[in-house]
Amino acid sequence: MGEQSGKFLLCSHYILIFAWAQNAWDMLSDEQSQKHITTGSGDLNDILGGGIHCKEVTEIGGVPGVGKTQLGIQLAINVQIPVEYGGLGGKAVYIDTEGSFMVERVYQIAEGCIRDILEHFPHSHEKSSSGQKQLQPEHFLADIYYFRICSYTEQIAVINYLEKFLGEHKDVRIVVIDSVTFHFRQDFEDLALRTRVLSGLSLKLMKIAKTYNLAVVLLNQVTTKFTEGSFQLTLALGDSWSHSCTNRLILYWNGNERYAHLDKSPSLPVASAPYAVTGKGIRDALHTNLREVDATEQATTVFLYLNVWHILHSQIEKQLQGGQLPIGMDNS
Amino acid sequence: MANMPVSEMRLPPHLTHLLAARRLDTAKVSLSIPPPLLPPPLLTARASGLRSVPIQDVLSLPEVELMAILDAGLPTARAAVALVSEAACPPCQTALTLLEERVRLGGGGRLATTLCGLDEALGGGIPMGKLTEVVGPSGIGKTQFCLKLALLAALPEYYGGLDGRVVYIDTEFKFSSRRMIEIGQKSFPQIFRQEGLAQKMAGRILVTRPTSLADFTKSLEEMKVTLLQHDVKLLIVDSMAALMSLENEKATAGFRQHPLRGTLSFLKSIAEFSRIPVVVTNQVRSQSNDDGYHFSFEVDKKDGNKCAERFDSHLVAALGIQWAHAVTVRLVFESHSGHRFIKVAKSPMSPAVAFPFIVESSGITLLSDESIDVTGPEITSIRCQDISPGQNVLAR
Repeated sequence: MGEQSGKFLLCSHYILIFAWAQNAWDMLSDEQSQKHITTGSGDLNDILGGGIHCKEVTEIGGVPGVGKTQLGIQLAINVQIPVEYGGLGGKAVYIDTEGSFMVERVYQIAEGCIRDILEHFPHSHEKSSSGQKQLQPEHFLADIYYFRICSYTEQIAVINYLEKFLGEHKDVRIVVIDSVTFHFRQDFEDLALRTRVLSGLSLKLMKIAKTYNLAVVLLNQVTTKFTEGSFQLTLALGDSWSHSCTNRLILYWNGNERYAHLDKSPSLPVASAPYAVTGKGIRDALHTNLREVDATEQATTVFLYLNVWHILHSQIEKQLQGGQLPIGMDNS
Repeated sequence: MANMPVSEMRLPPHLTHLLAARRLDTAKVSLSIPPPLLPPPLLTARASGLRSVPIQDVLSLPEVELMAILDAGLPTARAAVALVSEAACPPCQTALTLLEERVRLGGGGRLATTLCGLDEALGGGIPMGKLTEVVGPSGIGKTQFCLKLALLAALPEYYGGLDGRVVYIDTEFKFSSRRMIEIGQKSFPQIFRQEGLAQKMAGRILVTRPTSLADFTKSLEEMKVTLLQHDVKLLIVDSMAALMSLENEKATAGFRQHPLRGTLSFLKSIAEFSRIPVVVTNQVRSQSNDDGYHFSFEVDKKDGNKCAERFDSHLVAALGIQWAHAVTVRLVFESHSGHRFIKVAKSPMSPAVAFPFIVESSGITLLSDESIDVTGPEITSIRCQDISPGQNVLAR
């Protein structure tokens, strides 16, 4: 893998060997070819830069009933969208700590996703699907690996075990933990222990995300905190945990609509976007377009655009290395 | 027995893991992985006479301390952690096997409430294996709803019931057998006319009246065996808030959150491993300054308008936000515009909708099966305008 290729840096006075370092230019092409998992809502994908990023840990928090589990299930389904329809064609691991995973709803969301794919690629059923995923809800359900966790001990155990599990199942592209908070609010009197255990977990999860090139999505609950003279809502697990995740998305109610607020990201600006929870799953909120937008269409467009860019970029690079000028640059 | 690993007990795998995780068995789950699986360095470490280490400690201790306990080096400690994690991890299933199991168990996994609109909104009825909350101001009909559910679970299957026993935990001394029989007679006259059936139905409902949280937890512990052996099909706790307020009177400030811990996940795990619906009633309280309503980024954007949105006449559910996260389905009973409504405020299966209802001699009846959509802040708020006495048509 790219990250593990050795690079030598010769300096006049000493030799430094960076066994695991990578220069920023290589990382740029890595970042651009990074896959995104569509959330189902075009507006939400836009503020996320295309969707949930692989190789990163994203925390999603919100008040009860706003749709965190819905979004988690939607991502576990959307990661399985076959590559020829603009998806990642991967599998999902869903770690359920609260028992909120209702399998009939997962079936409904899978059906909604398939219906949108077929609507967008109407000739797909005519193509022969040799070795490709059949567009049936049962197949989508079969590719979600499910763990039901009943205590924080099991939560630590499953995250430790994931390293071995993912080595055996290399096609997993997303790990959803719903919710990472529940057991840590129940059984802990010793807050120092809790902080230590949580920081250990977050390091392991970051390592898993990077090593296996997948997205880690952690769903979190809210609590109240006294800041600036009043009680405000904030995500649970404390200040030290809030540093652990690379991205943070907060789901909240804005008037009569559900909104998502990108609170923390290394490369994207803070922004909010509306979304809706429909019978088919997470989709765009109705009023943003005159007709209901097909979110898969937007995601596909974004993904194809990124792919084309990457192909162009690597072609240009190859030609530069080969001493030729890229096409179109002859006369200027 | 004290060191017997849970894996050696003859239990189905998912139960083994649940019991071990919840420490519901008295055995201390110890590092007793069969010797052939242990790598040689670990074997010698154990052979040096160290007492067995609980799994919980193996996984949460820092590596240095673990090395000290095992008297071994870092690679061995790491190998021990990996091995124990794999053993302690629950079995991996897929969503498809969950679906197949649900289908195999039959019954759609729901307890139908016979309120057609509500059943449709909830995808068939109260879900099994999950925690359902019924919250509302006092006198609105929560206990009436619970009585009806208790009756429905006791009814034979060909009348739409679950044909099983019901455990009714009554903390406020509101359970009335007379009222329940009356509901039965008015809703299912043809059944209750039969000789001795009323007695049989009533005999299936076990009522317990704990006086404190400790009492409650103890009776739940004793009950978990009963739940498995005696075909209990429904557990009702009426009401949870009363138990907590008893605790709050005793506890000092700062420990307000404590009583909930443990009880909550215990209830949920009971619901799941016995696969029965658990219905819990909750009270309301008025809004206090301690409730946060907005995130910091919301407050910055708007000016003081946001604060004005707190309607002082609105109530909130008791037991806090932690409880609100933990329940799977929340049914809010409220009254406004001269009617009472059942509102599905939180449900993974349906959007927020409300149905008007009345309480009459046959229990709760929906005035209309047409759902009213509820959006935005109305979903979480609970309104309680005066319930006029004329609306209560309970036969005396």
